[in-house]
Amino acid sequence: MSSGKGGELIPSSSELDLDRPNIEDYLPSGSSIHEPLGKLRLCDLLDISPTLTEAAGAIVDDSFTRCFKSNPPEPWNWNVYLFPLWCCGVVIRYLILFPVRVIVLTVGWIIFLSCFIPVHLLLKGHDKLQKNMERALVELICSFFVASWTGVINYHGPRPSMRPKQVFVANHTSMIDFIILEQMSSFAVIMQKHPGWVGLLQSTILESVGCIWFNRTEAKDRETVTKKLREHSQGVDNNPLLIFPEGTCVNNQYSVMFKKGAFELGCTICPIAIKYNKIFVDAFWNSRKQSFTMHLLQLMTSWAVVCDVWYLEPQNLRPDETPIEFAERVRDIISVRAGLKKVPWDGYLKYSRPSPKHRERKQQSFAESVLRRLEEN
Amino acid sequence: MGNTSSMLTQYDIEEVQQHCNNAFSQQEIVSLYERFCQLDRNGGGFVSGEEFLSVPEFAVNPLSQRLLRMLDGLNFKEFVAFLSAFSPRATVQQKIEFIFKVYDSDGNGKVIFNDMLDVLHDLTGQFISEQQREVDLILEMPLFTDCKQVLTKVLEEAGYNKESLLVMSDFVKILGSSGLKMEVEVPVD
Repeated sequence: MSSGKGGELIPSSSELDLDRPNIEDYLPSGSSIHEPLGKLRLCDLLDISPTLTEAAGAIVDDSFTRCFKSNPPEPWNWNVYLFPLWCCGVVIRYLILFPVRVIVLTVGWIIFLSCFIPVHLLLKGHDKLQKNMERALVELICSFFVASWTGVINYHGPRPSMRPKQVFVANHTSMIDFIILEQMSSFAVIMQKHPGWVGLLQSTILESVGCIWFNRTEAKDRETVTKKLREHSQGVDNNPLLIFPEGTCVNNQYSVMFKKGAFELGCTICPIAIKYNKIFVDAFWNSRKQSFTMHLLQLMTSWAVVCDVWYLEPQNLRPDETPIEFAERVRDIISVRAGLKKVPWDGYLKYSRPSPKHRERKQQSFAESVLRRLEEN
Repeated sequence: MGNTSSMLTQYDIEEVQQHCNNAFSQQEIVSLYERFCQLDRNGGGFVSGEEFLSVPEFAVNPLSQRLLRMLDGLNFKEFVAFLSAFSPRATVQQKIEFIFKVYDSDGNGKVIFNDMLDVLHDLTGQFISEQQREVDLILEMPLFTDCKQVLTKVLEEAGYNKESLLVMSDFVKILGSSGLKMEVEVPVD
């Protein structure tokens, strides 16, 4: 399988911010003053139009907000023939499909809990057996979940073989990504700890497949998490790690920058690309607009969740590559496969402001141009 | 369902269009309204400074704080009027007026030396005085230590001085001849 178009390797230089590649490569050019050299006049100093144009451009449309915009499918029920059809659809979905799905899910939970709880309590001594049974049971409940949305999932590519020192990365659209992947093969995942019933599930059931928790808001958290990741990936008997390097849910049309944490572990990276078919439902979980419960209910009252999952060729860090370049290369591979547009932003900018380094770079280039032209005669 | 233009009546669109002197087409106004609603997350009818700063591309702009002072608390009609200077249909006069307003922070119709100095500081950050020392060593040119002297020199060469009060007509004279490119494209679905 081709490894994408080879990616444009971003040259590392001493100037680069160590945390992320050069954003200026992505942003529209013509913004800084690329004027031909000439003496600096008053009109050059007073003419702030390039900077203002950039600002206005960002106000009118920006690539970051676009990543998190839910794009509901176009309404098609707008005339007198289609509207009744749509109404029938609503009736079927809410009054027939939804109750059936709830029943399926409830049955699944009953079976799961009646097997899981005894296994968990009684097989305390027999670690290996307990682990295998719990993993199988988690795969089972995930299959029930998928059935409850009438999930039609096309898996492409060879199923990953369980080897040590192997980490899986995928693009992230919703928490159901994990459920869809877990259904096929058991993964350990790293997740943000959530409140409510999801948190309860996380601390009880997901513990059995081996999960690592992090907290976005804690600054020191990153070091602890990196350590835990490293320990887990070295362990022979652990489930392979599944990491979503974007760090946040994106709307399945764009991909934001990958965090380098997963790429510094010294393991083989197996990329997975996930693409949902929007005709059936928009699977993007817009955590700012919906709770996870509402999101699940929305999925359960849609026709189906149709998606494609591609297991892509495992990649290794090349000798001349930094982890950031490696992360960008893998992001490129996944984005090409899943038809996602790449944007140069860190997903965490949803929760915090950009670093002052970007502004400083602009200021520096402007200052240099002013001074250069000042010396012209 | 997300079809926000249903909240904007034809009458509203025409009123907004009139207020911005037809700088935008009706479709563009509808797009701008969707954008405005997208930015105005708490639905207060205006976009706060915080909400603008949540757009990373805007937050990294050196002039963002100055623009925020002009943008804060604007309702949709005023928001469109603010952006009208960036329309391809806007005249050079209107663009220069906008630039003047950015400089004239107290809104009294006069731009003084300190106004221009502030903007120059915003654009260059801390990078002018440090750079200057390096240039000195290489070219052995007269010592400029900061933005003040750069600005004074350039002003004097243009026939003004530190005490000059620039008004709109001065700006037109200074900027009118340079090809002013200040346009954004409003994405229309």
